[in-house]
Amino acid sequence: MLTCKQVSELVSHAQDRRLGWFERWRMHVHLRVCEGCRNFESQIGFMRRAIRRHPLLRDEDRDPPQR
Amino acid sequence: MSESSIPDAGAARSGAQGAALHREYLYRYALLQLRDASRAEDVVQETLLAAMESQDRFAGKSSLRTWLTGILKHKIIDVFRKQAREVPLESGGASESDEEFAGLHFDKQRTDHWHTFPQTWGDPERSLEDKRFWEVFDQCSKQMPPQIARAFYMREIMGLETDEICKELSITATNCWVMLYRARMSLRQCLELRWFSAR
Repeated sequence: MLTCKQVSELVSHAQDRRLGWFERWRMHVHLRVCEGCRNFESQIGFMRRAIRRHPLLRDEDRDPPQR
Repeated sequence: MSESSIPDAGAARSGAQGAALHREYLYRYALLQLRDASRAEDVVQETLLAAMESQDRFAGKSSLRTWLTGILKHKIIDVFRKQAREVPLESGGASESDEEFAGLHFDKQRTDHWHTFPQTWGDPERSLEDKRFWEVFDQCSKQMPPQIARAFYMREIMGLETDEICKELSITATNCWVMLYRARMSLRQCLELRWFSAR
C-alpha cells in the first residue's frame, strides 16, 4: 500500500496532470482507509477554489462572488 | 492573415479608452503575484502601452479585460523569468532535498505517516468572506520560497499548464510538479496551523 507521503504527492500531481489508472486506483485504496489523507485531498481542492476568489482578483461589479 | 487582424475601428477606440478603466484590476492582479507595488505598477504601465500599440489586434472577440490580462500575464512571466535567472536555484529556496522536505511533514520512522494528521476544515468556504482569513492567507503565501511561489502563481492564478510553466522557467516537468507539490504542502500546513485549527 502507498504511504501517506506518496499519496500526498499523487493528490497534488492530480491537480497538474492526468494520473494513470493504476496510480488512481492505488491512491483511492489508501484514501478509503486514511482520514488524514482524505482531509488533505479536500483541502488541496479548497485551496485551488480559494485562490481564485482572492480579494485582489475580485471585481464586485463584473464578477460577483458566486454565493 | 486571420480575420482578427482586420481592424475594427469601434472596438479599437473603445479599447483605448476602456483600458484605463481596467488599470486598477490589472494592478491588483500583478501585485498579488509580484508582491511588490512598484514592480506591479511597472508591468501594468507596460501592459497598457503594449495594448495601445496593438489595439487594432483587439477584435472584441474576448472581453477587453481578458485581452489586457493576457498581455499582463506575459509581462509578469517576463519578470519571473528574470528573477529566476538572477536568483539561482539554491538560494531561491527550493534547496531542500526531497528527503529533507519530506521530513518536515512525514515521519520516516513510521513508514512516512504524517507528523500531524491533516484535520478537517469544516466548511472552509465560509472563511472566504472573512477579511482575517485573507490576511493569514497572504502571510502564508509569502512564506513560500520565491522559486516555488512563482510556479504556484503561474499554475493557480494564471492558469498555465505545467508544460508551459516548465518552458517559461526552463525546468523539467518533474521539477515543476515537485515545486507545485511543495507550494501546496507549505500553504496547506500554514493555513491549518494559523487559521483552521487556531480558531
